[in-house]
Amino acid sequence: MRSWGCDMNLLLLNVIILIYLLITIYLGYRGWKGTKSSEDYMVAGRRAHPYIMAMSYGATFISTSAIVGFGGTAGLFGMGLLYLTLLNIFMGVFIAFIVYGKRTRKMGYNLGAMTFPELLSKRFNSRFIQYFSGLVIFLGMPLYTSVVLIGAARFMETTLSIDFDIAILIYTVIIAAYVIWGGLRGVMLTDALQGTIMFLGMLALLIMTYSHLGGIVAAHQALTDMASLVPAKLAAQGHTGWTSMPTAGSAWWWTLVSTIVMGVGIGVLAMPQLVIRFMTVKSGKELNRAVLVGGVFILAMTGVAFVVGALSNVYFYQHMGKIAMDAAGGNSDSIIPVFINSAMPEFFVYIFMLTLLAAAMSTSASQFHAQGTAMGRDIYETLTQNKGRSSILVTRVSIALAVIIAVVLGYLLPGNIIARGTAIFFGLCAAAFLPMFTCGLFWKRTTPAGAKAGLVTGTLVTIIFYLFIHKAESSVLGISKLLLGRDVLITQMPWPVVDPVVVALPLAFLVTVAVSLFTKEMDKKYIDKCFEGIR
Amino acid sequence: MLGVDDPWVWGVYLLCISSTLICVVYGVLNWNKGDEVEDSELSEEIAWVEQEEKMENEELGL
Repeated sequence: MRSWGCDMNLLLLNVIILIYLLITIYLGYRGWKGTKSSEDYMVAGRRAHPYIMAMSYGATFISTSAIVGFGGTAGLFGMGLLYLTLLNIFMGVFIAFIVYGKRTRKMGYNLGAMTFPELLSKRFNSRFIQYFSGLVIFLGMPLYTSVVLIGAARFMETTLSIDFDIAILIYTVIIAAYVIWGGLRGVMLTDALQGTIMFLGMLALLIMTYSHLGGIVAAHQALTDMASLVPAKLAAQGHTGWTSMPTAGSAWWWTLVSTIVMGVGIGVLAMPQLVIRFMTVKSGKELNRAVLVGGVFILAMTGVAFVVGALSNVYFYQHMGKIAMDAAGGNSDSIIPVFINSAMPEFFVYIFMLTLLAAAMSTSASQFHAQGTAMGRDIYETLTQNKGRSSILVTRVSIALAVIIAVVLGYLLPGNIIARGTAIFFGLCAAAFLPMFTCGLFWKRTTPAGAKAGLVTGTLVTIIFYLFIHKAESSVLGISKLLLGRDVLITQMPWPVVDPVVVALPLAFLVTVAVSLFTKEMDKKYIDKCFEGIR
Repeated sequence: MLGVDDPWVWGVYLLCISSTLICVVYGVLNWNKGDEVEDSELSEEIAWVEQEEKMENEELGL
């Protein structure tokens, strides 16, 4: 690890950050100036260079959680994590944009919906759906928000050799300033800059890692040859090496396949802050173009992070005689920061820190915004029927509250948390929202009662699983121990390692469909209005 | 294959690359489709953007 004694390092870092901030401010200023009226805004959007338009999509997809958290998880689990990349590309881009995106955009317009819960509640004409969904988002999202901050702070901690607690505070101040200064506007030019930095940073990381380890095949072969170095404790749980899948049906396999790959890979379809992007897309053309760029971008982000994360084992073994997990002090969240700091040239370490800053800024802004509107618009406005100033005040106070909660959680949460925290929130969203969202978009016969039953089933089953069945969480939360005297309700394998989403999602789908079939159809006129222009 | 023995792993490595290529081909083939905007859609968009801007301004307290 580098020392901070040399003035040149500090100078180099400051210059790089200063240039980045100046460009960001300049682009932001140009964006503000160029968009006086809403028509200007629209024309600017239409005439924007396809590259600018395209890169701005990418920046909102990917956060530090994907790069640092899941990259580190790949250092632990190996290249099997690429199944998540496959789902990210196929579900998160292809299906999300072409199948869900186009309908969501149209229905959102037909119903005048501004938030994801509002879209669902208007589709089913139910206030309950709006405040219940708002509550799930406001209470569930802080965990995800917090792990994005942790990802960035872990990198600062390693690179600048500063205390993790201070790193998280510095990062939060930067991001809070960005959110207040204009993050909500999503100025296209700054988004495009962030996307470009992220893309180039990850591409350079891939090329440098492969060339450092002697080429693609040689690097993979070296990793394959390390299979015998898997610690006995992990091998007993089913870990077979970093270039092979875990033993089918083992604890390790269930965690990889059900929690990391399925939970996160499917959950992306029902993420409130991502769905809202479809609703604000201006035309079908933008969605078509986004498929191209989105696909390439996701491969360059998660694909690279997972391959590099796994290959870091080879580097650490050749240079320190340790596997990645040991080199990072037993915390998978630190694998990527430690690897980049030890293996990459100094200027790249700083560029990469900017990459992460860029990734965190665009994601955190939309997370804080989603939590604020969930409380102000979806919960407060729906329950009190108070619109206008008081609701805006509640939204703003809630955004501030969300920032504080994220920081406090950042201090409290343990190591190895980034990937798990992300997976918990993605899984919860999948189980709670995906059934009624999918049925609402594609099946006119879905009834409000069916949607509500599915929402409650998905949410409750997920919570019950975390409290009583899934050992990783239930043993930490301790409620099961208190009530039942043991960590989990069912001790027989594989139940303690089966992710909630595997049971909660199909069950919620079934309940939605079954209850819909047994309850009264919605008014045909209203349904026609929802589906107007949807072919 | 590619220095990896397990077909499940080298398979997914290649699948990731090929699914990206599918996205690229789809994007190229449809690059300019959905561009033929009718008048009704244009007014729809203007109303949309205006409403969005109003909402953001309210939230920012402008």
